[in-house]
Amino acid sequence: MITLNHYLALGGLLFCIGLFGALAKRNAVAVLMGIELMLNAVNINLVAFNHFLEPARVTGQIFAIFVIVVAAAEVAVGLALVLNIYRRRLDSNVDDLDWLKW
Amino acid sequence: MIKYAWLIPVFPAIAFPIIVFLTRKVRHLSALVAIAAIAASFVMAVGVLREVFLLGITMEKPVEYAVPWLQIPGLLKIEAGILIDPLTAVMLLVVTLVALLVEIYSVGYMHGDPGFSNFFSYLSLFSASMLGLVLANNYFMIFFFWELVGLCSYLLIGFYYHKHAAARAGLKAFVTNRVADFGFMLGFFFLFAMFGTFNFRELAEAIPGYQNTGFLALAAALVFIGPIGKSAQFPLHVWLPDAMEGPTPVSALIHAATMVAAGVYLLARAYVLFASLPGIMLLVAYVGGFTALLAATIAVAQRDIKRILAYSTMSQLGYMVMAMGVGSMTAGMFHLMTHAFFKALLFLGAGSVIHALEEQDIFRMGGLYKDMKITAGTFILAALALAGLPPLAGFWSKDEILAATFDHGFTGLYILGTLVAFLTAFYMFRLIFVAFFGDRRAGLHGHESPLTMTVPLIILAVLTVVVGFVGTPFTDHGFSTFVYYGEPHHAEPNYAVMLISVIVSLAGIGLAWLFYGRPSDVPEKLANRYRSIYTLLVNKYYIDEIYMWLFRRVVLGLSEAFNWHDRHVVDGIFDGVGDMTRISGRKLRLLQTGNLQTYALVIFTAVVIIALWMAAPVLGGVIQ
Repeated sequence: MITLNHYLALGGLLFCIGLFGALAKRNAVAVLMGIELMLNAVNINLVAFNHFLEPARVTGQIFAIFVIVVAAAEVAVGLALVLNIYRRRLDSNVDDLDWLKW
Repeated sequence: MIKYAWLIPVFPAIAFPIIVFLTRKVRHLSALVAIAAIAASFVMAVGVLREVFLLGITMEKPVEYAVPWLQIPGLLKIEAGILIDPLTAVMLLVVTLVALLVEIYSVGYMHGDPGFSNFFSYLSLFSASMLGLVLANNYFMIFFFWELVGLCSYLLIGFYYHKHAAARAGLKAFVTNRVADFGFMLGFFFLFAMFGTFNFRELAEAIPGYQNTGFLALAAALVFIGPIGKSAQFPLHVWLPDAMEGPTPVSALIHAATMVAAGVYLLARAYVLFASLPGIMLLVAYVGGFTALLAATIAVAQRDIKRILAYSTMSQLGYMVMAMGVGSMTAGMFHLMTHAFFKALLFLGAGSVIHALEEQDIFRMGGLYKDMKITAGTFILAALALAGLPPLAGFWSKDEILAATFDHGFTGLYILGTLVAFLTAFYMFRLIFVAFFGDRRAGLHGHESPLTMTVPLIILAVLTVVVGFVGTPFTDHGFSTFVYYGEPHHAEPNYAVMLISVIVSLAGIGLAWLFYGRPSDVPEKLANRYRSIYTLLVNKYYIDEIYMWLFRRVVLGLSEAFNWHDRHVVDGIFDGVGDMTRISGRKLRLLQTGNLQTYALVIFTAVVIIALWMAAPVLGGVIQ
C-alpha cells in the first residue's frame, strides 16, 4: 500500500535536493531551478494531504495551483534579473554578486 | 512717617540708574543726584529716629511692615519687609550720615578722575543696599542685601580696575566673603528647616523655648560665620587690608563705618539665637578678642597709612564682636556707632594727606602739621578718640566694652582688651608722630585740601566729641536704655576700669612719643634685635601665604583629582561605549558577505531551529 507517508517522504526528499541546489550551486539559473524544485515538492505535499486526509474537498489542490502561479511569476522575475546581471557583467556566478557586502 | 521708612533705601536706589543712564557724562550732576538722594535718606532717617522716640518704640515692641514676596502655601513664605526698632533707627542714622559726608568729600577727592560718575553710582548702589540690609525684617532679605553690599564692595575696591593689585583685591574680598556667606546661608536655611520661618520676630518667639540646643548651637555657629567674613574676623580677615586698594572714601565708608559693621549688626539682630548658648557666646567673644589682638600687633609694624587704619578697624571690630560675645549687645552697638564716626574721620583725613602728597608710606611723610592744620587737627582728635581718651566718644564706648567684659567674668579677655587698648594708642600715635610731626622726610610738602573735603572732616570731628555722651555710665536714659537685649540696663560706672583704661592709653601715647616723637633709634634697634618677630608682624603672620599654600595643596589638588576622574573615568565610560559600538560593528559587518546563498543558508537554519523548538512538546512524546 502506498500511504501518505510515502508521498511526504518523496516531497521531503525533493525539497532537500532543491535546497541543496539553491544553496550550493554557482550558476544563478541553477539556483532558480533549485527553488522551483522546492516549490514543486511543496505542491506534492499539499496534494497528498488533500487526497489522504480530506478527499471530499479540493482545498489542497487549489492551494497547489496558487503555488504554481506564484512560482511562475517568481521565475519570470528571477530570470529577468539574472539576464540583466549577465548582460552587464557577463557573469552568472552567484559568488561574484556581492555588492551588498560591507 | 515710619510707614514710609522703606523709602530710605529707595532714594539712593533710584539715584543709581539715573546716574548710570542719564547723567554719566555730566559729572557734577551725577554727584548732585547722589548727594541729594542720600541727603533725603538722611532726613528721613532723622525723622524715623524722632518717631521712635515719640511713639515709644522699644526693642521689645518694634514696628514691622511687610508684604509677601514669594509664597508657596504651607511650605515657604518669603517676605519683603521692614523692622523698625531703636537698633534700626541708630543704624539708619549712622549709615546715612556717614554716607552723606563721604559723598560730599568725594566731590573733592575724586575730582579729575575719569570714573567720577561711576563712583557716585556705585556709592549710591552701596548706600541703597546697606540701608536695605539695616531695615530687613527677615533672614532672606538681609542675606539678599548682604550679598549686594558685597558686590558693591567688589566694584568699589576694584575701582581702579586697570591696576592689577586693585582688581585682585576686589576679587579676594568677594571670594572670601562668599565663603563666609555660604556658612551664613546654611545657618539660616537650617533655622528655616527647624522653625519654618525667616522672620526675625517669629524666630524670636520660637527660639527661646526650643529644646534641642545642639541644633540651635549648630545654626548659631553657621550664622556666625557670616559676620566672621563680613566684619573681617580671624580667620576670614584677609580681605580687609587688601581692600585699601580702593579709593579712600570707599575705605572710609565701607571698610570702616558701614559694611564691615553689618556683621556686628547681624549679631545684634540675631542675638536671641546666641543669647541662650553660652558655648557659642564664648566662641564669639574669643574670636573677637583674638582678632583684636592679632590686628593690633600687625598694625604696629605697618608703614602704609591706610593699612595701619585697616588693621585698626579690624581690631576695633574685634572689640565689637567680643562685646557681643560677653553678653553686652549695647556695648557692641555703641562702639559701632562711635567707631563709625571717628574711623571715617581718620580715613578721610588720611585721604586728605594722600590727595595732597600722592604718598602712603608714613616714613616718607613728616611735619604735615605745618601744612595741613585742619586735616592734622581733626586726625589727631580722632586718634585720641580711638585711643580711648576721655571725654571723647571712643573712651565711653570702649570703656563700656571693657567694663562689660570684666563684669561678666571674662577676666582673661578683659586683660587682653586692655592690652589691645595700649597697642591701639601706641600704633596710632606712632603714625601721628611720624607723619604729622618731625622733619619732612622725603621733602614732601602738603597743602590743605579744598573745603568740600575739610568740611566733612570738621563735622565728623564734632560728632566724635559729642556722640559719646549719649552712652556714658553717668547718663540716665542713655544708649543702654535705648538699644539693648533683654532688659534696659543701666551700668554702674566702674571707676577702676575707667582709670586703668586712661592710664593704659596715656602709656601707649607716651611710648609712641618716646620712640617716634623725638629723634630716636630705639625702634630700629628693637626691630633688629627681635628681627624674627618684627618680620612676622610686617608680613601679617604670613597668613596670606599659608592660605595660598593651602589653596594650592587642597583646592588645586582636589581639582586635579576630580579632573583626572572626569577625564578618565567619566569620559572613559562614554568613550568606552562609543568604542564598544565601533568594535562590535567592525566585527559584525563581516557577516554581510553579500553572498545570497550564505544568507539563504542562515535563514534555513533558523527555520529548522524554530520548527524543532515549536514541535518539541509533540516530539518528546513521539520519540518515546
